[in-house]
Amino acid sequence: MAEYDLRIDYYPTHELQGIEYRRGHVLPFGATMVPNGVNFSVYSSASTSCSLVMFERGEPLPFAEIPFPEEFRIGNAYCMIVFDLDFESLEYGYRMDGPHDPANGHRFDNSKILSDPYAKAIGGRDTWMASPDWDNIYPFRSRLVFEDFDWEHDRPLQIPIEDLVIYEMHVRSFTMHPSSGAKYKGTFAGIREKIPYLKELGINCVELMPIYEFDEWEHSKLHSDTGQQLVNYWGYSTLNFFSPKAGYAASGKLGMQVDELKTLIKDLHSNGIEVFLDVVFNHTAEGDHRGPTISFKGIDNKTYYMLTPEGYYFNFSGTGNTLNCNNPVVRNMVLDCLRYWASEYHIDGFRFDLAAILGRAPDGSPLNNPPLLESLAFDPVLAKCKLIAEAWDAGGLYQVGNFPAYGRWAEWNGKYRDHIRQYLKGDAGRVGHLAQAIQGSPWLYPTRGTTAGINFITCHDGFTLYDLFAYNEKHNQANGENGNDGCNDNESWNCGCEGECDDTEINALRYRQIKNALTILLVSQGVPMIYMGDEMGRTQHGNNNTYCHDNELNWLNWALKDKNADLFAFARHMIVFRKAHPVLRNRDHFTYSDYKNTGFADITFHGANPYQADFSEGSRVFACMLNGQYAKNGAETDDHIYIATNSYWDAVVLELPQLPGGMHWHTSVNTGMPNGASYFDLGQEPVVEHPKHFILGPRSAIVLIGK
Amino acid sequence: MKVTIQETEAAVIAAIEGSIDSKTAPDLQQSILPVINDRNKMVLDLTEVTFVSSAGLRVLLMVYRQLKSKDGKVFLVGVSDEIKDVMFMTGFITFFEITSTLEEALASN
Repeated sequence: MAEYDLRIDYYPTHELQGIEYRRGHVLPFGATMVPNGVNFSVYSSASTSCSLVMFERGEPLPFAEIPFPEEFRIGNAYCMIVFDLDFESLEYGYRMDGPHDPANGHRFDNSKILSDPYAKAIGGRDTWMASPDWDNIYPFRSRLVFEDFDWEHDRPLQIPIEDLVIYEMHVRSFTMHPSSGAKYKGTFAGIREKIPYLKELGINCVELMPIYEFDEWEHSKLHSDTGQQLVNYWGYSTLNFFSPKAGYAASGKLGMQVDELKTLIKDLHSNGIEVFLDVVFNHTAEGDHRGPTISFKGIDNKTYYMLTPEGYYFNFSGTGNTLNCNNPVVRNMVLDCLRYWASEYHIDGFRFDLAAILGRAPDGSPLNNPPLLESLAFDPVLAKCKLIAEAWDAGGLYQVGNFPAYGRWAEWNGKYRDHIRQYLKGDAGRVGHLAQAIQGSPWLYPTRGTTAGINFITCHDGFTLYDLFAYNEKHNQANGENGNDGCNDNESWNCGCEGECDDTEINALRYRQIKNALTILLVSQGVPMIYMGDEMGRTQHGNNNTYCHDNELNWLNWALKDKNADLFAFARHMIVFRKAHPVLRNRDHFTYSDYKNTGFADITFHGANPYQADFSEGSRVFACMLNGQYAKNGAETDDHIYIATNSYWDAVVLELPQLPGGMHWHTSVNTGMPNGASYFDLGQEPVVEHPKHFILGPRSAIVLIGK
Repeated sequence: MKVTIQETEAAVIAAIEGSIDSKTAPDLQQSILPVINDRNKMVLDLTEVTFVSSAGLRVLLMVYRQLKSKDGKVFLVGVSDEIKDVMFMTGFITFFEITSTLEEALASN
């Protein structure tokens, strides 16, 4: 320590109210522990003055408020080191003075204490749904965290993206249901308890719905008819981009959410499971001109938000405001934030909510070469992270297929979802779409390869997989918006009865359709994503927008795993099958040629007869054969795989393509088998006895392997 | 917070009383680290510990790191359910050997 003590910046130069301080360092922004004290640095371009406001944890009034002397301001940053603070019990914020002139973009309000945009933890919502003190003069308080977590040998896993099976999940929903059996229900620690389940299912990546600190009480209300408490449950409304949600940590009330989340990530990694975060950089929780002033609005409104020429908020997010992410200062904050999560939390990838917004200029127009997206794509720290865009926004910008990719951005393939749904419910003229989807959508990504697309049929937005085949219409009355919320183009089909029914045939068809969907999803080129619970038939009772429910509409009912054991086993099999067959996981698109002279092209298309695919309007049968000699684009060898699907109401007879001498077709999957068993374990696949007369059942799918 | 150090042939035993938080952690650290020396077994008796904060857990981890560098082990004795819970949630528990009694800790390798 001796040599450090020689540095003069470890000693105070100023004193006020018994607090000692000195000029600080401009970078890094935020509050950083330094020897003997804490360095505070905050950016604001238009404020006239700023003070640091400090509280003992939980106290209603501050213990000190120190104005930044003029000489502590370098450029547009205020910086100060304060000595002898108890960093565990400290809560801090800023009070900024400046013009309140909305027409010119300024909304300074010196009556407010503001959260630090670079805070590493936020106090105020430490326990999920604990009653807030509505009169708190500073409800969302910046805190410091320890950043010395012992990761031992851990680092992000860097599994090739085409080998991932992503599982989208909500932290609280996963273990909150009483049936979960978890000790730490609804938390990061709860997920950790369920790692054996994730391993059993076989997924190797979890994508967590938003875990940045948000306010579950935001826009909370009681349902006008039922009196039920409705809350900001999903959390797509960020309070602070660097802070994990304390209410998602069993130890959040003790301020240990950072360690708890890091422990979860470390344990998931040691079990071979990557961690993606669903990040919401398109807007914040401050809403529009009627919304609260929490942080950005009071620190530098004009910098952080896209404003109309009159000073109102552009609303491309559909939630009131739009983060001005191509402003250089905001762009740097986003970059700092992602680097922080990648380096400090070992996050493997990010899914960007409404990412089309990230390509908009400050005036809202789409940019040809968006600097933020380019910066992220070429960033040295993020170089191995997966970057995934939800390539549309609520302002009408739809970029699936042409999101600025810079050779590495992937997209949620919304077209895949729509086309597979349409095909499965029996729409005419969808065989060509299905053929494209199974190949990894070369029509959308002709130059980007299969890994540009994240394939999904369901996600948190919309119906669950069970509901997709149990409801024609959304049933959102419970959301308290008179059924006006949620999308109407669900492309769903109830199989003959709206909602729950006792009809054995309808129920059997529903589960067969779920299996058909899982089959197509897990044999498609590209990156499959499963929504939490679909592997066991989770229902939201027809609600396609459960954003506001902290109850069984969202919580995963683990009893379904036993009730639908057959479905769970099937989902598990499909994942095992995908992992066992590299021919399903190419990076580049098929070439439709046989450049290795193996006797077949890498992919061939078939119908009821071999090599006679029927893409006509009336066709509902599709088959293709993947040549095992071209697995991983020819780098590996695999079995041949034949996939056939039928969305017609009656069975069809197929003639299978002939295999090279000595090889036979074997059945791995047949969702239409009358006895109920719809798959065979790896290595146990029976030989197909009549390859010229294979009966493909009504609304069924088969997967055969040739060996 | 109070620490009582006892050195036996088998181990260094530190009995801690009170709360281990950011206010008391530096004192605890200063009491324990110097007595580790070249010993490879440390027993921390937490029977009388009422609370361990984030900073407190880090002192325990620092002791672990010191012992680990000598292929040694740290035993925790008398950990309350509440503290055990916190140590599980935050992952710290994996670094330590937990026993219910001091005798058990001393008898273990």
